[in-house]
Amino acid sequence: MTGTPAPMGEPIDTPLAAVNATRKGVMRRALRSLLRARWPILAIVILAAVTFCAVAGPSIAPLDPNRQSIINRLQEPMKPNRQGVVVNYLGTDGIGRDVLSRLIYGARVSIVVGFTAVLIGGTLGVSLGLIGGYFGGRIDDVIMRVADIQLAFPFILLAIMFLVVLGPGLGNLIIVLGIGQWVTYARIARSQVISQREKEYVEAARALGASTPSIMFGTILPNIVAPLTVIASFNVASVILSEAALSFLGLGVPPTVPTWGGMLAESRDQLLAGRWWLALFPGVAIMLTVLSFNILGDWLRDFLDPRLKAVG
Amino acid sequence: MWNYILRRILQAGIVILGVTLITFVALHMGGDPTYLYVSERATEQEIAETRAKLGFDRPYHEQYLNYLGGLLRLDLGNSLAYKTPALDVVLERFPATIELTMAAMIIAIGLAIPLGVMAALNRGTAVDGGIMAIAMFGQSIPSFWLGIMLILFVGLGLRILPISGHVPVLGPLLDGHIGTALANLPDATLFVIMPAVTIAVFSLSRNARLVRSSMLEVLSQDYVRTARAKGLGEWAVIVRHALRNAWLPVVTMIGLEFGFMLSGVVVVETIFSWPGVGRLVFNAINQRDIPLVQAAVVMFSLLFVALNLIVDLLYARLDPRVRLH
Repeated sequence: MTGTPAPMGEPIDTPLAAVNATRKGVMRRALRSLLRARWPILAIVILAAVTFCAVAGPSIAPLDPNRQSIINRLQEPMKPNRQGVVVNYLGTDGIGRDVLSRLIYGARVSIVVGFTAVLIGGTLGVSLGLIGGYFGGRIDDVIMRVADIQLAFPFILLAIMFLVVLGPGLGNLIIVLGIGQWVTYARIARSQVISQREKEYVEAARALGASTPSIMFGTILPNIVAPLTVIASFNVASVILSEAALSFLGLGVPPTVPTWGGMLAESRDQLLAGRWWLALFPGVAIMLTVLSFNILGDWLRDFLDPRLKAVG
Repeated sequence: MWNYILRRILQAGIVILGVTLITFVALHMGGDPTYLYVSERATEQEIAETRAKLGFDRPYHEQYLNYLGGLLRLDLGNSLAYKTPALDVVLERFPATIELTMAAMIIAIGLAIPLGVMAALNRGTAVDGGIMAIAMFGQSIPSFWLGIMLILFVGLGLRILPISGHVPVLGPLLDGHIGTALANLPDATLFVIMPAVTIAVFSLSRNARLVRSSMLEVLSQDYVRTARAKGLGEWAVIVRHALRNAWLPVVTMIGLEFGFMLSGVVVVETIFSWPGVGRLVFNAINQRDIPLVQAAVVMFSLLFVALNLIVDLLYARLDPRVRLH
């Protein structure tokens, strides 16, 4: 994939073995690079924890995130109750819901939205970019003009406009955020395809009689995956930020579903009274998750394309 | 050069058409927009009358042409909540938003350049690492959360800056009251600091990284080595030779940055009760005042397109190579 030659002595005449050998080599190099860089490891640990919360939320959350308790409202973090036991480790909100449990459940929406929106935007963008770059001409012009038009909108405004009209909800949120991302992928895929289109291996596939879709998606795509992966990592970060902002504006999922952005929105009512914990924890959760994806993206870029490291 | 300018203006025109098409489609995606304008208890006849009055009964292409015509006459329909032309409501709030965005731009650009240059010059040292680590954090903080934290710790904790409100400068200036504007300036600055910092941090961080890598690339060029070899002082090499060339990618970013900042104002203005278009949009969202949201989005997009056009033309002026493409 990155053009690493198979190590000497490997049976390079059997392609599958060669591929496996390089793949193992890449994994080993990745691991070594990770250990050297240190920060990406922390990022992976954080993301693993967040993903675990997203998947296993109901089993690890100490309490029901939606159970209200008026007598127990606005408890400070780590404050023991009358029996001297700490129940709400991170305190409770304005209607007595447990902050820690809501935080754990909130990971779900962020992770689900982050990944699915990037998957949708990525698939759409890469397909359109491949088509535009491979065929060129009129179809390419149309795709790129549409991309220009979309870039002319500040993205959040576009999202706000559509969500106001369509109404909030998880599905709409994912679609709007997903469609918001396609341009980046389309542009990168397109420029990569243009540089690969005339290479020998593509010529060879053509000569062997491979169909056009099979050349585009089977032959070229695997060779341009590296830059797309880097973009995807940064992209998940920015989608999570956008999701939080939209949830904050009340355009995300229904208020019964806990989200980090929604928790921040609710914390505003308690801000002047100085209930810091309501605003601090969800924000830290968003920041750590986004930061981890950014760090991982940085490392991936350096690892997959060492040329870029030379300058930045 | 003229050829290039003409082509860019034509492109901007196409983009604006696209923007209007998307806003038009958005309005109709939620079903018949007539229902936004009538009360819930309206009779069938009332609904039909309103639909005919607003032109929603005509074919889509005709409605779209009408909408475009309205846009040319600066008529974007009435706000549902204010019952006055939506565009007027938006334009009234515009100066406050522009003030905030400009303050944020000044902070973002004014700090990004020295920080980026400093990091590049000290490449690989603790200074570089520190600046880049902070920039990494800055790119990961949700702006609205940063705003809330500033209110909590700087506004309520230290009590050194006001947590909400706005003293107008641009408004009086546009009305010709220069004296009032100048007298307001010190207070206005105090009020704008926290919201402007909140909006600026993301751009500041990204630009600092951009300036750094752009600077590193330039510093390795032959002409910088030549300048050094000529015996020029380090300062002259950096400012006159390196920085001048490192500027170019940053200029392009500034245009795009403005758009990001305009998106940022919706949440940040809401948090700081800043009486601009952003808070207007937030309230319009809650009242489902779609024509008002639409007017604001169209205005922001027009401004964004215009700014990018200006930046591109400026860029072509700064770097003659661009015109050839």
